[in-house]
Amino acid sequence: MNKIVLIIKREYLTRVKKRSFIIMTILGPILMAALFIVPVYIAELEGETKLVGIIDETGLFYDKFRSTENIKFLTLDSDLETAKQNITNEDLYAILYIPKTELSVPQSGMLYSAKQPNIVVKGYIKNIMRKEVEALKLSASGVDPDILKSIKTNINLFTIKISEGGEEEKSSTELSMAVGFICGILIYIFIFMYGALVMRGVIEEKTNRIVEVIVSSVKPFQLMMGKIVGVAMVGLTQFALWVIFTLIIVSTFMSFFSDEISSYQSSQLKIHNEMLPVNTNGGEIPSEDIQNTLEGGDINESVIAIFESIQSINFEVVILSFLFFFIGGYFLYGALFAAIGSAVDSETDTQQFMLPITVPLILSIVLAQFIMNNPDGPAAFWLSIFPLTSPVIMMIRIPFGVPYTDLYLSIVLMILGFLGATWLAGKIYRTGILMYGKKINYKELWKWITYKN
Amino acid sequence: MITLFEAQNITKQFANHKALDKVSISVPGQSIFGLLGPNGAGKTTLIRIINQITAPDSGRLFFCDEKLQSKHIEKIGYLPEERGLYKKMKVGEQALYLARLKGLSKADALKKLREWFEKFEIQAWWNKKVEELSKGMQQKVQFIVTIIHEPELLIFDEPFSGFDPINVNLLKDEILRIKENGGTIIFSTHNMASVEELCDHIALIDKSKKILEGRVKDIKKEYKSNTYEINYTNRQKDLIEILSNNFKIIEQAKEEDTFRANIRIMNGKNQNDLLRELLPYVSIHSFNEILPTMNDIFISKVKENE
Repeated sequence: MNKIVLIIKREYLTRVKKRSFIIMTILGPILMAALFIVPVYIAELEGETKLVGIIDETGLFYDKFRSTENIKFLTLDSDLETAKQNITNEDLYAILYIPKTELSVPQSGMLYSAKQPNIVVKGYIKNIMRKEVEALKLSASGVDPDILKSIKTNINLFTIKISEGGEEEKSSTELSMAVGFICGILIYIFIFMYGALVMRGVIEEKTNRIVEVIVSSVKPFQLMMGKIVGVAMVGLTQFALWVIFTLIIVSTFMSFFSDEISSYQSSQLKIHNEMLPVNTNGGEIPSEDIQNTLEGGDINESVIAIFESIQSINFEVVILSFLFFFIGGYFLYGALFAAIGSAVDSETDTQQFMLPITVPLILSIVLAQFIMNNPDGPAAFWLSIFPLTSPVIMMIRIPFGVPYTDLYLSIVLMILGFLGATWLAGKIYRTGILMYGKKINYKELWKWITYKN
Repeated sequence: MITLFEAQNITKQFANHKALDKVSISVPGQSIFGLLGPNGAGKTTLIRIINQITAPDSGRLFFCDEKLQSKHIEKIGYLPEERGLYKKMKVGEQALYLARLKGLSKADALKKLREWFEKFEIQAWWNKKVEELSKGMQQKVQFIVTIIHEPELLIFDEPFSGFDPINVNLLKDEILRIKENGGTIIFSTHNMASVEELCDHIALIDKSKKILEGRVKDIKKEYKSNTYEINYTNRQKDLIEILSNNFKIIEQAKEEDTFRANIRIMNGKNQNDLLRELLPYVSIHSFNEILPTMNDIFISKVKENE
């Protein structure tokens, strides 16, 4: 037991001290934080005000284009040709030209610009024009825009699950999906990254020819388990550091740039609101109106719904089973990866043995969408108790609420699967690590398993 | 002399071939035991069984009259033929790790390692990575970690490969010194010269079976062919004319100042009979019995076994 601790320590320390580990540990959170920060930063960069000149021959839109923080509209008096020639001189981002038509309402416009026009600008202009034209059409057919506004309804469908005890709980399918999928993906990534690390470690020991020196001091099984546990701890350390660093970076950034972020968010919100077809009266919304929409019953209710459905997920069960399947799945696959590493002489020979191991894992992710749609179907049930697929599939199912019998069955089978896999891997490992320069096939592996040791 | 290690009727079957077929060896304490045999004879399998890396299908193993068990691992030191070190690890760190796997405490291991590093004059390597060392340097480190826990039984599989002649001598001296201090060594090699030089006992394994075992001296005696080498001068007649047919001239040659001949004695005659026939015609300078080399014995036994 003392020796296995020594092995775990070595496996852990040599990896944690490696330059690649340190670089990955620092780079990972920066990349993750970049996901949050870059959009804000880019928005800041793009924040310069864009000046759009309008030449409206129909005369319908002049006062409809309301300037925002980022887009300023300017009515041009000159004709199109002069404007086009002066586009750079007058610092115009674009010229919007709405030609006169024979139809009662115009259907098109032209946007001239020196550079490829920004999609947000395009979207904003199109939206205002559409609303205006819709309003014109409605009043032409005698419909009062106010009636239409009152017709607009937002439906909240609360899903309420009746548990076996007859209690009712609100649930949100979307949230369950998100939680399950994130857990499943994390397990998948962890197994692949660190399982492969175990395999490479075994191959390294074999090619360095140190393995026979070590197994004369410790049992091959101890060496294998020491490696698997050591690498698991490396992985957990890296994950923990990533989470901590990401939180630190993001929160530091937030506190530094909180003003910019809130203004960015509010401007986003404004644009979003103005794009809502609710404001059929042509963009002339007083600001209280926005406030009303924000604080109005609709949004409030959906916030409450989300809050309630968060409570509906049994996070104790989710977290505990996540830890269990995270570690259990890794150990199961780690043992199999170690067995593969022991059977080959170099990483290039691993392909043929990798396939049967990676297929169930990849299949779990491929089927994730299907399982989320039918979290209680027979496929979901069987895949979530089969040890090679259960780490991912069970985690996808759990946020939807899984009968305890299924969960316990899955856990028991996972433990049995883990024991079986380590037993099998141990057999292959102890023969494989001492075998050099031999092309191994499945028949050969089977012989190793049946050797008496 | 007490027996330190004994293997009785060890059989090991792999899928397609029998690696060991009822092999028994008995290794006396405080001696060097040569384990010889052609490639693929089963030596490495036997060594791995002694190290408890693999288990035999049948047969019994004893260490100091006790059944061989896992507690004995710490009393055995093993230098395998396929040996190496973690390339990316520092020499000192690695030596410490391997020593501690053998059951030494950290303080003990450090102290002993420092002594040995000093003895081999390699202190400067302590903080170097293994990959920066030459092959011979790595072998030295490997040797140290094999013997660091002062085991009662040492097993060396081709220990001299990768060493230059100076370091081979350094190693040989160390091995002999270990024996002096009471250690027992099982020594597997194809280098018959070093077997002659070092081994007290040998066992020869061929095609999974032990075909010869015993004291080197006894074996040589047993396999001697009653051949003598004579250096003489004053050659008055050709030896063929002198000797009766009880003696067979195997080889004759003229050296610078003397003549040399190898003669086998047959038909129950002895060396005095030979001398008696020779003395009237030649003056003898030297007269030696030719003992077979281990190389000869190895080759003839293995050929015989075909």
